[in-house]
Amino acid sequence: MPPNSRPGDAVFANVERVNAELFTLTYGAIVRQLLTDFEEVDEVNKQLDTMGYNIGIRLIDDFLAKANITRCSDFRETAETIVKVGFKMFLGVTGTVTNWNAEGTECSLILDDNPLVDFVELPETCQGLYYCNMLCGVIRGALEMVSMRTEVKFVKDVLRGDEAFEIRLKLLEQVPEEYPYKDDD
Amino acid sequence: MRLHPTKPELTARRVEAIGFQVGLQLAERYTKERPRFGDHLEAIKFICKDFWAEVFKKQIDNLKTNHRGVFVLQDNRFRWLTRFSLDAPTSGNGASSGEPNPANAARASQAAGQYLYFPCGLIRGALTNLGVPCAVSAEVSALPACSFIVRIKG
Repeated sequence: MPPNSRPGDAVFANVERVNAELFTLTYGAIVRQLLTDFEEVDEVNKQLDTMGYNIGIRLIDDFLAKANITRCSDFRETAETIVKVGFKMFLGVTGTVTNWNAEGTECSLILDDNPLVDFVELPETCQGLYYCNMLCGVIRGALEMVSMRTEVKFVKDVLRGDEAFEIRLKLLEQVPEEYPYKDDD
Repeated sequence: MRLHPTKPELTARRVEAIGFQVGLQLAERYTKERPRFGDHLEAIKFICKDFWAEVFKKQIDNLKTNHRGVFVLQDNRFRWLTRFSLDAPTSGNGASSGEPNPANAARASQAAGQYLYFPCGLIRGALTNLGVPCAVSAEVSALPACSFIVRIKG
C-alpha cells in the first residue's frame, strides 16, 4: 500500500486522546439528559444536530490545524477526507464513501464501527431516535466554515437494526469565498 | 422542560447531572473486580488514585480532610483547565507575569467554575456508586490548579 493510503493514521497517532469510556459514556449521558428534558425524540434529534453544529464550527479549526492536509479539489475529495481523516482523528475509526449521485454532489458516508454506540441499546420508547445525530451537525457545521452549505442526515442506523451507519451528505451550495478586507481599511 | 441557555443555574444542574451519570457508570466499571471498600476514606482514595488516573491520566496531587466528613482533593494541573485562558486582564500585566492578582484570581475562579460542574458531577456520581452519598463543589485558585471539595452526607 502507498504510504499515504491511510492519511488519518499519522494524525491520529499524534493527537491527544481522551479515555474512550469517558467519551462514550459522556455522549450517552448527554443523549439521556436530552431525552429527559425534551421528552420527544424528534426534538432530541434536532437538539443533537444543533449541538453538533456548534461543535463543528469550532472543531474545523482544530482539524485544519492538526490534520496536515491540503485543499480538497472537489466535493468527492472532501467526503473522502471526512471519513478517512476527520472520523479517524476524532472518533478513532474510518468510514467509506459510496452511492454518489451523477452530479457528484450527494453521497453516503458509511461507518461500520462507531465508538459512540458501545454499550448502547435503544429502548422501545426511543424508536424514532437517531442516537448519533450529533455527528450530522458536526459535519454540517464544519463544512459550513469551509464554504459549503450541506444537508446531512442519518438514513441507516445499527441501533435501529440496519447493518451499518449511513449518513447521507448533500452539497447544497458552494458559497464563494469573500474577502471583505481591503488593505487600506 | 426545556434547556435554558439564559439561566446558568439550570444549565449547571444539567451539566452536573450528566457528569453524575458518567461517574456512576465509570465507577461501576472500574470497581468490577475489586473487593468492597471498608470505609469512606478508602473510597475517596480510590477516586484520587485509580479513578483519576483512568479518566485524567494523572492522580490527584493532594488529599486533605478535617476528619469530620469533608475531603479536599487538589489537582495541581487539572487537565481540562490546562488550555484555559481569560480575556485580557483588567489591570496591568498581572495575569501574564504569574504574580497573584486578587482581581484576576477571582475572575479566573468564576470563569473556570463553569467548566467544573461536569467533574464535580463525575466525582459525586462515582462516590454515590461506591456507597458514599455526598455533595461536591470546586474551587479554582491559580489556573490550572483546582480543588474539589467533597462533603459526605449523613
